[in-house]
Amino acid sequence: MNILQTAHVSYDYIRHDEEGNVEGATRAVSDVSLSVKQGEFIAILGHNGSGKSTLAKHINALLLPTEGTVLVDGKDTRQEENIWEVRQSAGMVFQNPDNQIIGQVVEEDVGFGPENMGIPTKEIWERVEESLRAVGMYAYRKHSPNKLSGGQKQRVSIAGVLAMHPKCIILDEPTAMLDPNGRKDVIRAARALNDVEKVTIILITHYMEEVIYADRVFVMDAGKVAMQGSPREVFSQVERLKQLRLDVPQVTLLAYELQKSGLPLPDGILTVDELTEELGKCL
Amino acid sequence: MLRDITLGQYYQTDSVLHRMDCRVKLVATLVYIISLFLVDHIGGFVIAAVFLAVCIRLSKVPFSFMVKGMKSIVFLMLFAVVFNLFLTPGNPVITFWKLRITDAGIRMAVQMAVRLTLLIIGSSLMTLTTTPNHLTDGMESLLKPLKKIKVPVHEVAMMMSIALRFIPILMEETDKIMKAQIARGADFESGNLIQKARAMVPLLVPLFIAAFRRANDLAMAMEARCYRGGEGRTKMKPLVYKRNDYIAYGALLLYLAAALTVGRFLPV
Repeated sequence: MNILQTAHVSYDYIRHDEEGNVEGATRAVSDVSLSVKQGEFIAILGHNGSGKSTLAKHINALLLPTEGTVLVDGKDTRQEENIWEVRQSAGMVFQNPDNQIIGQVVEEDVGFGPENMGIPTKEIWERVEESLRAVGMYAYRKHSPNKLSGGQKQRVSIAGVLAMHPKCIILDEPTAMLDPNGRKDVIRAARALNDVEKVTIILITHYMEEVIYADRVFVMDAGKVAMQGSPREVFSQVERLKQLRLDVPQVTLLAYELQKSGLPLPDGILTVDELTEELGKCL
Repeated sequence: MLRDITLGQYYQTDSVLHRMDCRVKLVATLVYIISLFLVDHIGGFVIAAVFLAVCIRLSKVPFSFMVKGMKSIVFLMLFAVVFNLFLTPGNPVITFWKLRITDAGIRMAVQMAVRLTLLIIGSSLMTLTTTPNHLTDGMESLLKPLKKIKVPVHEVAMMMSIALRFIPILMEETDKIMKAQIARGADFESGNLIQKARAMVPLLVPLFIAAFRRANDLAMAMEARCYRGGEGRTKMKPLVYKRNDYIAYGALLLYLAAALTVGRFLPV
């Protein structure tokens, strides 16, 4: 069964002038149809303003589509009575780690979601412990979030969502404000959840290196899905990606340039190991 | 540097008072303050002082921390003492120029000084042994009956605890903006009061914008995590009275009875 199904979704931001009158609408997402199966690792790529974050907010029912429908775990987000179930089954992690941590102690923050759902106290503690262990932050459970690094805060945020036992976690540019080490930790945590707990991950990002592990990649441009396929399929189209103002991972770019200058390399090389192996064959 | 500011004046240590349920401490402080104003006998004050001394001993907080709280009210205390001293009618003891000190005045002034001292030390003992977070929790729980008359108790408590969480973050942000503005030639130091106040504008405007943006993000994050007010919410750390808390309530009642009735058994 599809955990997420969108059909011809469009969303307009209404522009207002200074008096608050409607000036016009900006179409942020237009006619997006995609479906995600339970347990998949999906990446959505796009440069700034491509509509990827707006699309993400639809999955959590924070925004409702102007046209089309969004079904999360078979439930229409537009139906008022579904909204809390939708938010429980599709958790969301945002970009700025400081602006999404509510508790003053790590464990209290992770407990916030389950508290809102009305889970009994004893079970909250179990969920908090297992979530913090899953992201490797259990040792910090008594710390103040203010004293953690960006990557650690972001992992606490993931634990906070995980404690609600969602079927799907949407990560909206979770690494945009982090240093390279923090970025690696967060992506590793997300992959582990996907591998071990079979949680569906929808990763929204503009870092190419983060998407090579995804099962499928969607590239967005001007509110539309411009490309889709496996990372290999997508990255083999270097010219097209450049048109969409996206960077290709360095290895892929190097392989592409070598291929252009005459070496017999296959399309869509994603890792350094692959490239060395292929180059070995050439010699 | 700004990250490490402590809010309130919580003194971190492990004692009976620190572990006590915050509701007990809130109620006890309130009762204690009221009792100070009901007592008007020297025996009562002695009992109040002894009770407080025992509590301080139990709290393991150094006495110097309590005295710190006194500094801020020295002026208020002088004010109260001087007024009581000179303006209470009664038999004059000393008279010079137009001022007159009466026996009743001395009595009132001393009483006032003792009351204020005990009051300040008593309430700082509570804030020293309770984190701001627990205070908010305790207040939410104690004010719950007000929900019946539509007072948004849970919402206010939630706002307070979010404010507490964001104070260090906003402080850091203020620091950052200040440095950025200084780098562009802003001057926060020189000039008179009005000029200084005006110099704050380029600091406050970006700070407020940033705060609103944060609030917006936070509200979204809370909604995404199914927050919908206090209805149907469970607690991760519910407040439960333990044996010690009942003993504390007992001790409090005993104190109250002793302080209020001691006058009947003693002369003076």
